Parts: sequence; structure tokens; C-alpha cells
Amino acid sequence: MSVFIIRRLMQSLLVVVIMSFLVFMAIYQIGDPTDLLVSPDAPQEEIERVKRDFGVDLPFHEQYFKFVGKALQGDLGNSFVMNDPALQLILQKMPATLELAFSALFLSIVLGIPLGVYAGLRHGTFSSKLIMSGSILGFSLPTFWVGLMMIMIFAVYLGWLPSTGRGETVEVLGIEVSFLTWDGLTHLFMPALNLALLKISLVIRLARAGVRETIHMDYIKFARAKGLAYRRVILLHLMKNIMIPIVTVIGLEFGGLIAFSVITETIFAWPGMGKLIIESILLLDRPMVVAYLMITVMMFIVINLLVDILYSILDPRVRLQDVKS
Amino acid sequence: MKLMKPIIGLAVAMSFGVAAQANAQELRVGLSAEPSSVDPHYHNLGPNNAMAKNIFGRLMTQDESQRLKPDLAVSWKPIDDLTWEFKLRQGVTFHDGSPFTADDVIFTMERAPNVPNSPSSYSTYIKGKTFKKIDDFTVHASTEEPYPLMPADISTVAILSKKAAEGASTADFDSGKAAIGTGPFKMVEFVKGEKLILERFEGYWGEKPEWKTVTVKPIKSDPSRVAALLAGDVDFIDDVPTTDVANLIADPNVAVSKKVSNRVIYLHMDQFREETPDATGNNGEKIKNPLLDVRVRKAISKAINRDAIVARVMEGVAIPAGQLLPDGFFGRSENLSPEPYDPEGAKKLLAEAGYPDGFKLKIHGPNDRYINDAKILEAVGQMITRIGIKAEVITMPRSVFFGRASSGGPDKTPEFSLILVGWGSGTGEASSPLKSLLATYDKDAGMGAANRGRHSNPNMDEVLKQALATVDDGEREKLLAKATELAIDESLGIIPLHYQESVWATRKGLTYAGRSDEHTVFYTVRTAK
Amino acid sequence: MKPEATAEASAGGGIAPAPAAAKVQTPFQRFAADFLESRIAVVGLVITTIVVFIAIFAPLIAPTDPFDLAKVDVMDNLIAPGDKNFAGDFTYVLGTDGSGRDMLSAIFYGLRTSITVGVSSGLIALALGMSVGLAAAYFGGFVDTLIMRIVDIQLSFPAILIALVFMAVLGPGIDKTIMALIVAQWAYYARTVRGSALVERRKEYVEAATCLALSHRRIVFRHLLPNCLPPLIVVATVQTAHAISLEATLSFLGLGVPQTEPSLGMLIRNGFDYMHSHKYWITFFPGVALLVTIVGINLVGDQLRDILNPRLQK
Repeated sequence: MSVFIIRRLMQSLLVVVIMSFLVFMAIYQIGDPTDLLVSPDAPQEEIERVKRDFGVDLPFHEQYFKFVGKALQGDLGNSFVMNDPALQLILQKMPATLELAFSALFLSIVLGIPLGVYAGLRHGTFSSKLIMSGSILGFSLPTFWVGLMMIMIFAVYLGWLPSTGRGETVEVLGIEVSFLTWDGLTHLFMPALNLALLKISLVIRLARAGVRETIHMDYIKFARAKGLAYRRVILLHLMKNIMIPIVTVIGLEFGGLIAFSVITETIFAWPGMGKLIIESILLLDRPMVVAYLMITVMMFIVINLLVDILYSILDPRVRLQDVKS
Repeated sequence: MKLMKPIIGLAVAMSFGVAAQANAQELRVGLSAEPSSVDPHYHNLGPNNAMAKNIFGRLMTQDESQRLKPDLAVSWKPIDDLTWEFKLRQGVTFHDGSPFTADDVIFTMERAPNVPNSPSSYSTYIKGKTFKKIDDFTVHASTEEPYPLMPADISTVAILSKKAAEGASTADFDSGKAAIGTGPFKMVEFVKGEKLILERFEGYWGEKPEWKTVTVKPIKSDPSRVAALLAGDVDFIDDVPTTDVANLIADPNVAVSKKVSNRVIYLHMDQFREETPDATGNNGEKIKNPLLDVRVRKAISKAINRDAIVARVMEGVAIPAGQLLPDGFFGRSENLSPEPYDPEGAKKLLAEAGYPDGFKLKIHGPNDRYINDAKILEAVGQMITRIGIKAEVITMPRSVFFGRASSGGPDKTPEFSLILVGWGSGTGEASSPLKSLLATYDKDAGMGAANRGRHSNPNMDEVLKQALATVDDGEREKLLAKATELAIDESLGIIPLHYQESVWATRKGLTYAGRSDEHTVFYTVRTAK
Repeated sequence: MKPEATAEASAGGGIAPAPAAAKVQTPFQRFAADFLESRIAVVGLVITTIVVFIAIFAPLIAPTDPFDLAKVDVMDNLIAPGDKNFAGDFTYVLGTDGSGRDMLSAIFYGLRTSITVGVSSGLIALALGMSVGLAAAYFGGFVDTLIMRIVDIQLSFPAILIALVFMAVLGPGIDKTIMALIVAQWAYYARTVRGSALVERRKEYVEAATCLALSHRRIVFRHLLPNCLPPLIVVATVQTAHAISLEATLSFLGLGVPQTEPSLGMLIRNGFDYMHSHKYWITFFPGVALLVTIVGINLVGDQLRDILNPRLQK
């Protein structure tokens, strides 16, 4: 196990290096932020000064090596727009995004799995059909549309929930969280549900598909025949076997939740790193974009590692040594 | 677990307490764009300049219509051709209680052009000027050539406290340590992307604002910002989208304020290439650049129904434009009016120019920069297609658009043939657009910096040069008007479409005096009487 | 690389032989009969057929050409459903949008754009992701490591950034949106296929096939693939829907299809600006069209999955 983890971490290092190169190249392609940032009536010398200060006047390889040199010392550069260290800006915003993503994940699991299992077990009934139709609706509508509709209905017309922003936060272990205050919870609910909607549908479908497949398996029939309680069969034997695709997908989707929280955060003015990054992209704030991507890559690596380890726990047939040649 | 209960209980109680406190003393604001820093010399950018006005004073400040009025200087005048004298206000204190003197002005002028890593510095306004302290409350500024724009330039620079800001970095301002000004509000806290909190400065020398605290939240998405106001989560928003203006005016719970802005939306056309990349014959064959012919440009201008764009696309929240600045601005010509809609005349002009059947043209513009920019460009496309110029409309995000529009072509030339852009005159007078958009492109002289069509009219250049060296206001105003007439009427360097109107909305019972510079400031938000 | 015999024999074993049919049927007839068993799936099929029909023949059945700037007039913008145009000689059944486009025609054309983008990007991404994922699972070892690391890299790129890069390098357009969506999606398929193939590969039937010295290709495509299909179809239906809505999201951020040739997503997004001003039709009708389309596709997908799943056969 530990050999496996060490090996994976080594590979991950390589991934980070390759990634930094690709990201840098992509960003380089997009263009020079100077035109966008400098006041349009600025004289040429001012434009050249800014290019020099930002280091975008250098050829690609020089820019890249300069970046790598600094990155090795833990410095991912300063934001062109905000002048603060990019890493610091992103890490500052990360708790808000993680809170949102975890809440969405939580919602998709506690709503998705029971509904999906129920729909699978009661296949063909009206309630099952209702759940499945609901799940189809869940991913049929674009997130941004649903988000705005939610604001319209719950904040503007009904006035039940606050429209935008993050509520009162309290500090727990040095991290600002909002889900422990009533104000924070009311602010969190809509964006979390908005972000979770697609995932809930996905989990419902996966759970239902898993149940429908597994229920016909001999070992389930056998367990039932042995006289085991229905509840026990479902909870233990069936759940264990349908969890594999669900864990994979949830693991994958968690990274997706973070990356794609940009939309939800933009609509709900949620002060997370997704909102930060989309604004940085629109302003071509290169150091921010590179730093954000580096951080998400590392998060993905960790998530994937955890998913693989979980795999081996859930299904002994998959062995971690597989990765070795 | 047992411990958690009282904590949650306390937190709930606290959050209710906070909600109950939101009363007449607090102003909650939703802004479409937040400043990138509160260091007022870091980034010459609209949201930054607007926020700085709340915290810092200037020697002169621009009022709602961008006319200069005294702030930290009580008077200013040229004492000879090359020197201006500024008399400073006495008895003004900074937020930290220290007195304001000439030393602070000298310090400010030294720091402003030299902020490290500034994405767009104030050097443009300070370069070439020498500042001298005469006594504690008199400062002289001199230049090597007569320079009439001195007051306008100086009015852009926020005055810092030498004591607090000496050696301070941009980060020190954002933390609040160095953000010590003489303005009506003190800075309390700034969490980028989340909130900015200001507090009334009780020692402000002028009329004190009504609000004890101001909480600013950035809400970038337009419908969300409007929703936040309608839901009562904020009291005041800026950049109300045109689509919502009519409804908000009709809404009894909301008050709307409008002000024509200094920003003109216009079309810039390739006037320097013999063959322009986006224009082709009706069968796709290469043709000579038709936009070089002033008759073709005129035809395009006549083909555009400005009233329809204003009424339909802008929903009435704009004013048809015939020149560079709207009514009431300095250096405006009295002889120019918006080109009337005349499709028949346009077709005739096209035929005269040798294009009786028109040609094909790709037109480009941004889709996230100006109010309704993509829709306007589409309407322009419809209108010129009707006179035979078969348009293909291409819009893109500004991050891609501006780089290509300025220098995406070979040898860093502008890439496109016809673009939709806008220009706001920061100084509130006509020399700014004339110099940047219409003067013959000259990189080294700083002329035509944003002349993406490379328009060139030597007659106009000559008049503009004269104007820029004339200190007498009356004389200069005439010359600027003349230059405008030459650039628009004679050579049609750009086709003006309309002036934007900026719109703010408040909850019922508040008023805001709209500003032509599009800035949102909090000290003029008041309770309606 | 030999698969070791696993201690716990995989439950259920390999593909169960098809039950002996009472009547002699061709495989297709059996497939069709199975499909038609579910009424709701038939509804889905009908919807999908109509939608595809509209998408293909939009230029022939739409009342106007919403992409032709000469025929769209800004004077006719924001007309409510059922009202006449400015000149009074044409009725806009579903109203017009902010640029004066007839909503009905715009929806037909938008459907065409959305379907093209969603289906073509989905199919290409599926093919790409499937081959890559199967290869990774089947060959294991270095190939697996390499491919899965590429997948990791891929998945950490937000689709928005990919689209922006494409926009910057190639300019805006439908083809670029498709490319961006392929790049954004293929890794999901690869990861899913690999996940289930990894389990399947350990099973006896693959071992048996390997012992019979069947070719790699035959083992992968004839044996491994059919058993990996069920989760893949689930993901594929979700992804096709997702691709269409992702395209809408890109348009929301200003990175999607051209303004003058709106997809359904773009139409919804444009209508959004009017959500506080009660001009519901601009966003409502395209929303309904999008919903119906995706629901149709998914109903078909659901039934396909049930039929294709060898383990569900009675």
C-alpha cells in the first residue's frame, strides 16, 4: 500500500511539472494582458513599462524558466491585477469554495443515494418514475438558469432566503466556515443546492442502475434465500456492490464541483476561488490562472488517489498493485 | 456535541442581532466591479478611481458633471505660461488626525507615477511636471511647454498622507494600514472578492455623509445584482442593466437615477490598409479596401438608425451621438448633430463610391465590455446589410477582443476592418478622445494611442496641436470644437453611435446624484426629503 | 501480465447465454421488441425523432431565417407572442427576442446548433474516451499509468479555460465549441470505462479468452467492451445532456457560439437579461425546447441501457 502511494506521489510530481508547462503555454497563447489593463490613453512608454514589470516582454522559454525558478521556492507570482501573491489570494478563497463543494457533495449523497436505491428497488412504480423524471429535469436545465430562477423565486418573490453572498462566518480550527450560523446556512443553501442539482441526478441514476443490476445477482438471491433480513441484504450486500461506480463518479465529480463552481459562485456572488478565477481569466491575469490550475491539479491528484484507495477497500478484487508494471 | 449547541445558539442569536442592526445608519451596496486595490495610485481604472473618491481627497475634484471644483486646493491659476499655483485648504486633517500640508502633496506627486507593478499608472498625468513647495499651503507646478490640461491632470491624483504612506506598499493600503486619506470615509476592512467596509470620518472638513458604515459587496452578474436590490439584501446598486430600467422605475419600492456618461460608443474603420482583411466582394473575391473612401464611411453612418438603436436595443437608456461628447462638455462642437437615418442616401453614396451592389464585410466587437455591446453590433449589422453591405457579426470577450483589435494584425497593426468600441473621456473634455482616437498615429509622441482605424487628417492634427498649447479656456474650447468638426464632418474618422447613460438604483427613500464619469460614490447617497 | 485467479469468484460469472427464444427472431427484432416494451421509452423515441427532424430540416420549416441579418429587424424586437411585426404583415407566434429574431424560427435553428454541438462532441468524446479507457484497463501497467495520468491532467482543466484558449487561438465558432467540448468530456468516459473494465478484466471469461489466445482486439471489443457498456451508457446519456447545457454555460460566459447564430443555450442566456422585466417568452420557450430535447434523449438512453445490460436479461 505504502509503495503504491509513494509511487503515485512520484508520478504526481511529474504530472505537476508537465501541467505547469501546458498551462503556461496555454496562457501564453491567449495573449498579453497589457492591452486590457493599461488605460487606453496611456502612451507607448507606459505600455512598455507595464510589459517589463510583468515580464511579458520576454520570450516564452525565459518566462517559463523564470516562473519555474520562482515556483520551486513556493512563489507562484503576484496577481497582475491585484498585486498580491496569487497563491495567497487563492488559498484565502479556498475555504469558501470547499465549503460550497462539500455541501453540494453532501446534498447529492444524502438525497441521491436513497432516492436512487428506492427507485431501483421499486422499479416500474409511479414513485420510481417520478424520481427518475425529476433526475432528468435535474440535469436538463443549465445551472445558471436554475440558479437565477432560484434567486427569483426564493429571494425576490417569496423573500425566504438571502439572494447572494456568504453569510456570517465563524472560525473553526482557523478556517472561516459559514454553515454553523443560521445566517450562514441560509446563504449557503441555495448555491449548494444549485451546484448539487446535476450531481444529485447523476447519483440517483448511478444508484438506480447499480441496484437494478445487482438485485438479480445470485448472491443477493442467495442471501435472501438464506433468510437474511431484507434491510440487511440491501444495506450490506447490495450497497457495497453499487458503491464502486458511485464512488468513482463522486470522486471525479468533486473536482468538477470545485472547477465548475465558477458559475454558481458568479450568480450567487459567493466569494470563492471559482468567482476569483473566472474574473482572472476574463482579465488575462496569468499568474492567477496558472496558480489556480496548479492548485486544482494537485487537488485532483489527491482526490484520485483517495478514490483508488477507497476502491481497494470496497472491492478487494481491485488491487492497488495493478498500477505497477 | 454538547458543546456545539450553545455555540450554534450563540451564533444564531448573533446573526439575528446583526440583521436587526441594519438600519438607517448603514448603507449596503452591490457593485458590478470592485477595485483591484484601495491604493489609489496602483491602477488607473474606473472602480479604483471611484472607490478612492470615498477615502481620499484630491486637490480639485470633479463634480457630477465632471466640472472641477475645489477640494484640498481652494484655488488654482496659471501665474505664467509655464507655472500653475495651487493654494491649499487649511485646517484639514487626515483620518489619523495628522494635519494636511504641502509636504503631503509633494510626496503624493512623487509616489503616484512610481508604484511598483502597477498595471496602469498615473505617470501619464504627472510626467513632465515639476512640483515645488512654496510654503505650507502653496504649491507650484511647472512644465516646459505651456500646458492647459494641468488642473484636469492633477484632479485625477488622490492625495496621500506622507506620514502614513511613506514607504508603504500596495498591500499596506489593502490592509488598511496606509489607506489614510482626507476623504469622507475611513477604510475599515477590505477582503478582495468579498467585501469592503467603510466608516464615516467624523473629522471630514466638508459636508459629512449620512452613513456611519458602508458595506460594499461585489455582485458581478447583472440579474443577480438587481435581484439583491429587489430582495432587500442591498440598498444601492450600480450598472443597472437597460432591460430592467423601465421596470425599476415603475417599481414603488425602488428609486432610479440616470446620468448621461462621458462615454461615446462608436465604429472605428480601417483607414490605412489598401486591402483590408474583413472586406471582400460579393462573391468572396479580394477587393480594394472600400473603407478608405470617405463616401463609404458616410454611407455606413447614414445607414444606421441611431434612434432605433437607442429606443430598441438600449430601451431608451442612451442618447444618439453626432460627435465625441454629449451636451454640456468642454470642447464640444455646436455645429454637429447625429447623422439622420437615410438609407436611400446611403445607397446613393455607395453607388457613387463604386459599390452599387455593396460588398461583404465582417464586423467585430466585444460582448462583455459596453452596455449591450453585442446587440448593438448586431443591429448595426442588420442596418448596413439593408444598404447592401452584407455584414457578418463577430463578437468576442474583451480579453480576446482588445488585444486583437489593437495589435492582432501583421507587424502589430490593428487586426479588424470595422469595430465597435467606446471611449470615456476621463478628463471630461474633448482633447482626450481627439488625441487618442483621431490624431494621426504616432507612437513616440503619444498621439493616436487608441486610433485603431489609423485615421489621419493633417488639418485636424494641426488644430489639435494648437489647442493643446492654448492655456486660455475660451480659445481652447473653440479650437477643440473645430478639431472635432474636422475629424467628424470632413474625414469621418469614427462613426459615433450614442452616448451611454449610467443608471443606479436605490431602495425607496434614498437618492443618488448620478455621475457622468460612471463613478459610484457613497457620500452623495442620501435619504430623500 | 497474467491475471491471477481471484480468491472470491466474481459474482454472477460472465455473460449469460441469451435465453432461448420461443420464436425465431433476428437480433434486431428482439432488440426492437425489447425497446418497444416500455411505453415511456417510445415517447422518448418519438420526441427524439421529432427533435432530430426539426434540427435537420430547420431551414425548410422555420417561418423566417433568423441568421439572415437582412431579414431580422431590430424594430421588431421584444414583441410578445402572438403579436404582429412593426409593418403589421407577419405574426410572431412565440414573439421575438432582443434583436428582433422570430423566437419560433430561432428555436428551430437553435435546436439544430445545439444538437450538432451536443451530439457530435459527445460521440467523438465517447469514441476517444472509450478506446483510451479500455486500453488503459486492458493493458494495465505502464500504459494504464500513462493514460490515467493524462486523464488526471485533462480533468483538472476547467472547460471554461479550454474554451477560452480555443477562442483565442482559433477565433469563436461552432466548430471550436465542439472541439472544446470534446476535450472537456473525453476523460470522463475514459475514467468510467477504465473503472468498470478493471473489474471485468479480473473475471474468468477474460482469462478464458486470454487462454484461448484470442487477439487483443477481439478480447477488448467482443468481451470486455459489452460488459463495460451499462455504466458507459448511463454516463453517455448524462454527458450528451451535459454537453448541450455546457455549451449554454459557455455562451453564458460569452465564449460559446456566435451571437448571430444562437443555440438554444444562447437563446436562454439572452432571455435571462429580461427575467426581471416579465418578458418570459425569450427564455421560457427555448428552455422548454431544451428540456424536451434532453428528456427525449435520456428516455431513449434509459431503455437502451436496460436492454443492453446482459446482467438484466431475464
